[in-house]
Amino acid sequence: MRKEIVIDADGLHYTPLNKKIRSAVQDGVSQIRIDNVLGQRFIADGLKGEVTITVNGIPGGDLGMFMSGPTVEVFGNCDHAPGNTMDAGEIIIHGSSGDATAHSMRGGMVMVRDDIGYRGGIHMKEYGEHRPVLVVGGNARAFLGEYMAGGLVIILGLQEKRVLPDRGIGSGIHGGEIFIRGDVPERLLGVGAKKAEATEEDKARIIPFIRQYAERFSVDPSRLIEDGYTRITPASGRPFANKYTWE
Amino acid sequence: MSLGSVPMKFKVRIDTDECMLCERCIENCPYGTYRLEGEKIHIDSRRCVACHRCVAMCPRDAITIEEKPIDYRSHPVWSREAREAIYNQARTGKIVLAGMGNAQDLPSIFDRLLLDACQVTNPSIDPLREPMELRTYLGKKPRKLDLHRNDKGDVLLKTTLAPNLRINTPIMIGHMSYGAISLNAQLSMARAVADQGTFMGTGEGGLHPSLRQYQDNMIVQVASGRFGVDIDYLERGAAIEIKIGQGAKPGIGGHLPGEKVGPDVSQTRMIPERSDAISPAPHHDIYSIEDLKQLVHSLKEATEWKKPIFVKIAAVHNVAAIASGIARSSADAVVIDGFRGGTGAAPRVFRDHVGIPIEAAIAAVDQKLRSQGIRNEISIIASGGIRDAADVTKAIALGADAIYIGTAALIAMGCRVCGTCYRGQCPWGIATQIPGLTKRLNPDVEWQHVANLFKGWTLEISELMGAAGINSIESLRGNRDRLRAYLLDEAMMNVLDVKPVGA
Repeated sequence: MRKEIVIDADGLHYTPLNKKIRSAVQDGVSQIRIDNVLGQRFIADGLKGEVTITVNGIPGGDLGMFMSGPTVEVFGNCDHAPGNTMDAGEIIIHGSSGDATAHSMRGGMVMVRDDIGYRGGIHMKEYGEHRPVLVVGGNARAFLGEYMAGGLVIILGLQEKRVLPDRGIGSGIHGGEIFIRGDVPERLLGVGAKKAEATEEDKARIIPFIRQYAERFSVDPSRLIEDGYTRITPASGRPFANKYTWE
Repeated sequence: MSLGSVPMKFKVRIDTDECMLCERCIENCPYGTYRLEGEKIHIDSRRCVACHRCVAMCPRDAITIEEKPIDYRSHPVWSREAREAIYNQARTGKIVLAGMGNAQDLPSIFDRLLLDACQVTNPSIDPLREPMELRTYLGKKPRKLDLHRNDKGDVLLKTTLAPNLRINTPIMIGHMSYGAISLNAQLSMARAVADQGTFMGTGEGGLHPSLRQYQDNMIVQVASGRFGVDIDYLERGAAIEIKIGQGAKPGIGGHLPGEKVGPDVSQTRMIPERSDAISPAPHHDIYSIEDLKQLVHSLKEATEWKKPIFVKIAAVHNVAAIASGIARSSADAVVIDGFRGGTGAAPRVFRDHVGIPIEAAIAAVDQKLRSQGIRNEISIIASGGIRDAADVTKAIALGADAIYIGTAALIAMGCRVCGTCYRGQCPWGIATQIPGLTKRLNPDVEWQHVANLFKGWTLEISELMGAAGINSIESLRGNRDRLRAYLLDEAMMNVLDVKPVGA
C-alpha cells in the first residue's frame, strides 16, 4: 500500500522541511508532495530510500545533492546544481535549471525539459553499475561536460530556433560521452574532446532515454530518433599525460 | 644543441671488506641500483634516489651514499637545480614535476622565534606534579552562554552548542589519501590517532572498509574531484573537510595517475580501474564565498547538522581576508596549509614559489578574526612543514588551535624524505600500491611508532608550557608575549605581532 503525505513549504526553512521529509521516509511513506516551494535549498539532500517526491514550485540550489535512491519531480524551474554529487535516483525537472546541473554526479538520472546553465554535467563520473545520465530537452551553455570522467549527457536542442551549446564542450573530458542533436562545429569543442557523427549503434544507447523524455514531457519522439547526433568523447583517457616531466 | 646526461645525483659505494654478499640490498632496492655479477655486487648509482632502504637493511653497514659527487662549476646564480631544470625542459618542453614540499633554501620563521620560560618572579610549573591541560575542542564556540536556574536551584544551559571535535593533544594528521599512500600507512596512522585520542584525514581517496573501525577518529575530505564521496562516507566521518587548496600547490588541482588506480583504490575512489583521477583546480560548484557557504550548508544539511565542517585553504597573500569569509560561511574550522606543505607531486614552480609561510598566515588570520570579533566562530588548524614540538608550540602561541602533521608522520613510519613518491615504488611501503612493497610496512608495528611520536611531542609541549608557567593550552593560544623574534625584520614582527628579543 502506498502512503502519501503533503507538506506545505510556504515560509518553511529548508532544515525543518528536510526533517519532515526524512521522518516521513523513515515512517515508510512512499509519496511526498511538497507545495509552495519557493527557493528552499538542499531539498532531499543526502536522502536515501525508495520515495517519490513531487515538488511544486521553484526549489533553491543543490536539489537532491548526495541523494541516493529517491525520485524527485519538480514542476517549476530549478536553481543551480540539481543532482550535485548524486549517487542514485532520478530528478525530473518540468522547466529549466541553473549552472552546474548534475555536477560530479555518479549515478542516477537528471532529466530537464528545457534548458540548463553553464557547466552542465561537469565532472560527471561512473563507477561499476553507477552510470549517471543527464538528458536536456533544450540547450546548454558553455563548458558542458567539462572534466567529464564517465556517464552520458544528451542535449536534444528542442527550441524553435536551434541554438548550439556554447564553447568549451568537454574540455578535459577523460571518460563518458556527450550526444548533441545535429552537427557541432569543431571550434566549440574544448581541449581534449573529439567529435564524430553518432553511429546507429551509438544512437541505440540514447534512444531509450529519448523515449523516456518524449513520454514524460508528451513530445513526439519520431523526429528526435530519426535526426543525426554528434557524439563527443575524450581524445585520450589521459588528457594530462603529456603535460609533465619529472624533476 | 646536444644535451648529454647530467651528473649523477648520488654515488653509491660498497665497502667490499665488509660486504658478505647477503644480497639484501638487491632485494630491497625497487629501483634496480644493485645486481649480482659473479662474486661482486655491481652498482648503478644513477638509479639511486637516496631512500636509504639498502643502508637500513645492510647488516654490515657496508653501504655509503654520497650526494652530488660531481660538482658543477659553482655559480651563485646558476645553481645546480636551475641548470638541471633547463636541461630537462630543453629536452621535453613540459612542466617540471617534483616531490615533497618546498625545496627552496628560505629562512624558517619558526627558527627565528624563541619561546619564553619563567625565572624567579613567576615560578615554572612541573608537569610531573601539576596536571597540564592540552585537551582542545575544535569548532564553533558560542559568543555567550544563556543559563537559567530551575526550581531545584540547578543551573541549566539554554544555549545550543555546535558540535566540536575533542582532541587530547593539539596534534592531528592531515589528509593523505589512499592512492597517494598505501592502505598499511593509513591503517598505522589511524590506529595511532585512535589510541592517542586525536584525528587524521582521509584525503580525497575515500574510506577503505578496513578503516571503518577507526572512523570516529577520521576526518573525511570533500575535494573538487568528489572522489569517494557519497552519503555513507559523509556519515562515517567524525568531521568533514572541504579542500579548497593545498600549500604545496596553491591554486591548482590534483591528479592521481591511472597506474596507481588498482582494484582497491578504484573501489574507495569510486572510479574505474586504471583511470586517471583528476581533481579540477576549483570546485565547480564554488565560484564565490557565497557558494562556499552553500557547500558548507549542504554538507551540514546532508549530515543533519551533527558534524563540524572544516575548510582547508593554502596560505596565500590575502589569507586573512579569505579566512574571515570562511568564518562567516558557517564552517567550524579553517585549515591553513603553508608553503612548506608536503605532497607526492607538484609542479616545481608552484611548490617552490607560490604561497606564504604558515607562521605569518596563522598570525594574520588570528589577528583578523579577533579584530572582527569572530574568532570564536571558527577554529584555526595550521599545517605545512611542522617538524617538532617547538613548531607546534610556536604555532599555537601565534594563534592556532591545533596543527596537522603530514611528512612527520610518514617519517615516523620510515620515510627518508627522498622525494621520489611520484614513482609509486616507495621502498618503505608508504607511497606505493605495489603489494610486495606495501607489505614491508607492518601496521601492527608502525602504529606504535606514530603513537610514540605523538606521545613524545605531547610531553615536550607540556614541558615547554610548564616552563613558561602555563598549565592550559588555552592560555598559550595566541599568547604572543611568550614569543620573541630573533633576526626578523620589523615589518615581519608587526605581522606576527611579536616583539624582538630583549624587548
